Amino acid sequence: MTRFTTLFYKEVLRFWKVSFQTVAAPVLTSMLYLVIFGQAFGGRISVYEDVPYTSFLVPGLVMMSVLQNAFANSSSSLIQSKITGNIVFMLLPPISYLEFFCAYVLASMVRGLAVGGGVLLVTIGFVDARFEAPLWTLAFALLGAGLLGSLGLIAGIWAEKFDQLAAFQNFVILPLTFLSGVFYSVHTLPPVWQTLSHANPFFYMIDGFRYGFFGVSDVPPLASLAVVGVSFALVCAATLWLLKSGYKLRG
Amino acid sequence: MTAAAIDVRDIAKRYGALRALDGVSLRIAEGEFFALLGPNGAGKTTLISIIAGLVRADSGTARVMGADVIADYRRARRMLGVVPQELVFDPFFTVRETLRNQAGYYGIRGDDAWIDEVMHHLDLSAKADVNMRALSGGMKRRVLVAQALVHKPPVIVLDEPTAGVDVELRQGLWQFVRRLNRDGHTVVLTTHYLEEAEALCTRIAMLKEGRVVALDSTQNLLATFSGLTVHLGLEGELPATLASRVVSRDGSHVTLRLGDYGELEQVLGDLRRAGLSITEFELQPPDLEEVFLRVMGRHA
Repeated sequence: MTRFTTLFYKEVLRFWKVSFQTVAAPVLTSMLYLVIFGQAFGGRISVYEDVPYTSFLVPGLVMMSVLQNAFANSSSSLIQSKITGNIVFMLLPPISYLEFFCAYVLASMVRGLAVGGGVLLVTIGFVDARFEAPLWTLAFALLGAGLLGSLGLIAGIWAEKFDQLAAFQNFVILPLTFLSGVFYSVHTLPPVWQTLSHANPFFYMIDGFRYGFFGVSDVPPLASLAVVGVSFALVCAATLWLLKSGYKLRG
Repeated sequence: MTAAAIDVRDIAKRYGALRALDGVSLRIAEGEFFALLGPNGAGKTTLISIIAGLVRADSGTARVMGADVIADYRRARRMLGVVPQELVFDPFFTVRETLRNQAGYYGIRGDDAWIDEVMHHLDLSAKADVNMRALSGGMKRRVLVAQALVHKPPVIVLDEPTAGVDVELRQGLWQFVRRLNRDGHTVVLTTHYLEEAEALCTRIAMLKEGRVVALDSTQNLLATFSGLTVHLGLEGELPATLASRVVSRDGSHVTLRLGDYGELEQVLGDLRRAGLSITEFELQPPDLEEVFLRVMGRHA
């Protein structure tokens, strides 16, 4: 247990030591999104009946922060260790691949939830906040953070340079998050885009998370939970398989 | 027979077309101070990486204190402390945090007394709360050694630990490693400084192109491949009786091979009988560098 707790603690301490960059900065970015999009579209767009646009926007921004930061934590930590070579300190000791996985993913979840919590705290005052079904919110936050933390590990294992990781982040993670309904309800999209959105697992994470706030969603929350749960299990299985095989970590 | 600290059998490893290791077998006994020598690309680091579990062999087995590095990796890794060749560090942490983390990775929590002792022996105590980034290269190297020792491993592997290290640190480091060896630790060393291997190690393996080309006690290797030589400046022709001993000749200077110190008397007697006067005289003890070059040359 000490091996896991040490690695987990080290991973948390790593981002906490640079928390301006890893926590405060993404919170500020989300606040800016709220101010800009809220000002630009607030009052002109109505997504659900009786839910103002800015209120609709807040859960999306919170969940986007959770997802992006969970991904950023494990992926950047791992690639930094690989490129600087200090990964050797974690490969020499008797740490099992399962301990390695749990420590990195849980630390990513802590960062994702810390930033998400921060975004919620600073934006909640500006909107008419409701928490209709908080357990749904919590379930999607935890699953989403875990999924992206695990995906971050895959990206960190695969990437051999920062450029490749940036490509994964900008060409995979960013489009999937931006096109998941953070800023709009997919019901407002043309049918083709609606269909495409339904193929995006990120959409279900945002939609399910938002259901916890307003009690309404584009897709029934149980269906979203099933999609997110299966995606989580698949990504975790793939990550564990990669770690067990030693792919790109042990020559 | 003493138990093997490291037992490597028929290890082979390829990287594409490159045959990094080609059937290497080695048995290093507990308590030995062992040197692994070879030119760049000979496979030293690959072999160490396989023993440490950083690289997986294509075939063959490796055991540390009897524990297989794959099947029983937890025990094998607990038995082994490795000082890597590259000067790597985690820039987020202080020296103490680095060592505490490293101990934790081995399942050890709260053994600050040992961490303090290791830091004391490596002259790191004053830097305990300094961030790794702020340390000089030599200090970072000491932290690497400390990291390899936090879990008190019986077997310590140092992969070229003195590359680019100043003389003072090198001396201090060897003093410390000698002490560890006296205390019963098995020490395996790879180095480019042959005089270090000669001074420290009791047994030597030489690797070339992924094969063991020499494996013997330091003493035997020196006796077999090098031996004693005497360098002489002479006035006159070398007598025919000494022709078989000539290693090199340069004008009036000649270097002769001796089996042992006793043969010196015979050589001097031959020179006296031939009526030659000696203008220069220098005895050269066996030299590992010569052994190295001859062994490598023999397998060219």
